[in-house]
Amino acid sequence: MRKKPFLPLLTGLLLSTSLNPVYALQLDGLTPEEAGLKIAAESDRRDTGFGNSTANMTMVLRNRKGEESVRQIRNKTLEVPGDGDKSMSIFDEPADVKGTVSLTYSHGLKPDDQWLYLPALKRVKRINSKNKSGPFMGSEFAFEDIGSQEIGKYAYKYISDEVYNGLDCYIVERYPQYKFSGYTRQVTWIDKAEFRAQKIDFYDRKNALLKTLKFNNYKKYLDQYWRAHTMNMVNHQTGKSTTLRWDNFQFRTDLTERDFDQSALKRIR
Amino acid sequence: MIKLRLTAPAGLIFFFIASTCTADWSGNITLEGRHFSGEAASARQSNNNISLSAEPEFFYQFPDSRDNIVFTSFARIDQTDSERSHVDIRELYWQKIARDWELTLGINKIFWGVTETIHLVDIINQTDSVENIDGEDKLGQLMAQFSLIQDWGVIDFFILPGFRERTFPGEDGRPRFTPFIIDTDRALYESSDENKHIDYAVRWSNSIGIWDIGVSHFSGTSREPRFIPDFSNPQQPVLLPLYELIDQTGVDVQATLEAWLLKLEAIQRSGQSESFAAAAAGFEYTFVGVFGSSADIGMVTEYLYDERDSQPLNDDLAIGARIALNDVQSTEILVAVLTDLDNQSNSYFVEASRRIGNAYTLGIELRGATNIATGDPVSALRQDRFLQIDFSYFF
Repeated sequence: MRKKPFLPLLTGLLLSTSLNPVYALQLDGLTPEEAGLKIAAESDRRDTGFGNSTANMTMVLRNRKGEESVRQIRNKTLEVPGDGDKSMSIFDEPADVKGTVSLTYSHGLKPDDQWLYLPALKRVKRINSKNKSGPFMGSEFAFEDIGSQEIGKYAYKYISDEVYNGLDCYIVERYPQYKFSGYTRQVTWIDKAEFRAQKIDFYDRKNALLKTLKFNNYKKYLDQYWRAHTMNMVNHQTGKSTTLRWDNFQFRTDLTERDFDQSALKRIR
Repeated sequence: MIKLRLTAPAGLIFFFIASTCTADWSGNITLEGRHFSGEAASARQSNNNISLSAEPEFFYQFPDSRDNIVFTSFARIDQTDSERSHVDIRELYWQKIARDWELTLGINKIFWGVTETIHLVDIINQTDSVENIDGEDKLGQLMAQFSLIQDWGVIDFFILPGFRERTFPGEDGRPRFTPFIIDTDRALYESSDENKHIDYAVRWSNSIGIWDIGVSHFSGTSREPRFIPDFSNPQQPVLLPLYELIDQTGVDVQATLEAWLLKLEAIQRSGQSESFAAAAAGFEYTFVGVFGSSADIGMVTEYLYDERDSQPLNDDLAIGARIALNDVQSTEILVAVLTDLDNQSNSYFVEASRRIGNAYTLGIELRGATNIATGDPVSALRQDRFLQIDFSYFF
């Protein structure tokens, strides 16, 4: 293997720092709501333009006794300019749900369009999007936690700054604006350097702390897009937890709209 | 699940640099026990039955990911009913996927429709009715399917050679819808080509906003037979299935609102003596997180209509609930009662399932009928109510 020259790397680092300077966001004079939205918009802007991506997800569910149960899901995402993403999830494990596939066209505040393919009957079922708050695959992640986080789905409020895990972070509260959410609010820690979510506290409908989600092992793709490779959700009220492990991220593959239609839903494995 | 990644042979690597094809085996083996609590109609029937089935599936994707081969076979060994012991190829097809079309050649299973308690529009595959009386198990159908995928929807064209006869329980089999034996060895056909008649079908479907719409037409041998009594052996009269040539136009529509699903299926069929219409319409409403738990309850109500008086579901109301606990074991319970609005006869079923560990599931099913009016077509079900317990291993 060729040794990489040290200097260009350093220059690159300096360059990227000067292009995306820390504290670039000017929040002075803004109301907390305007500041919160500005932070969320910057985070969204930095994740725009990835085109499409695929990744494998391993979900480890743990109950209070520490007993584990595993799910394997392959995910495909297509960025849709001017609308929410299209995504497809292919279930590989547990074996009895193998071959089940879900297709989602997410929108901002408008309800998502969602179809489910059931392999035993070879049936495609359009399902409603009311079940936002229910557990995804029996895990501590609700459907609304797993779904595409479009900026229009929340109202925002900037609270304060805090150092979290050694990273300078904004604390922003967000309030679900879509119907049927299980939360009154979510408190998010977003690092100032890269605008990545580091931690989210979820408050239930009674405004009691329900869950905490922590993002770890961030890696950068295409020199721009950060993806957390470990997400750990702990339910404070039940003591159960779920860890998502992501691997094999691929960006700008040959996926097209045709890979996210109902014909694809029926034949994908 | 056994996942193999087959790397292309060395000589082909030049052509398929870094590409791999995927081959994948999966399936299930199920042990099923049934107990019939009512007295058997015939001395040859038994109150208990054990049955073992297997459904292995093989999937192969070519390196270009634009060609697939799928093979799914099914086999059952039944303790008492030799008609229920059977083998079938559910799927064995090659599929070519292009930008705006797909071509499928071979044996395949196709589902059309939206309603839950009856599948009127669904007509491509024959029902494997020895499997269960819910009509959801299908035999593989030989076909050439060409799908045109456009902005204005999908059009599927089907050429269907090789008719499959419906399976029916034998003399020893339970449950049976009629007290008479259906002699499947002496099936009658309207067409002189018998089961060699080639059938055709076409369907347009599209999703427009909240609407999912399908319009279909089928021309060929009816999947649903009429029955001709045969008294040639006066000691034991039997029914002969008669498969006539029909034309059936179908419509299926679903509107998906935030909490409501509104559904309609309707057909018009001609060719089985008089032409007739049939329809099913209803709704599904979901309660999420009931009683502060993470369980959902989906309430299903469907009205079933058929112009033919001889049909068991000709003026019936189905009311059901689907309960999903959303737990780690994916526990689900489906309960439904069908009431004949003419004579208040009821039939009911309960289906429950739960995962055990990572690779097993346990299912419980109860089917029966109460308050049966004399002469109602479901009367046999009163005697043949049963409890089923099944245990499956998935790989």
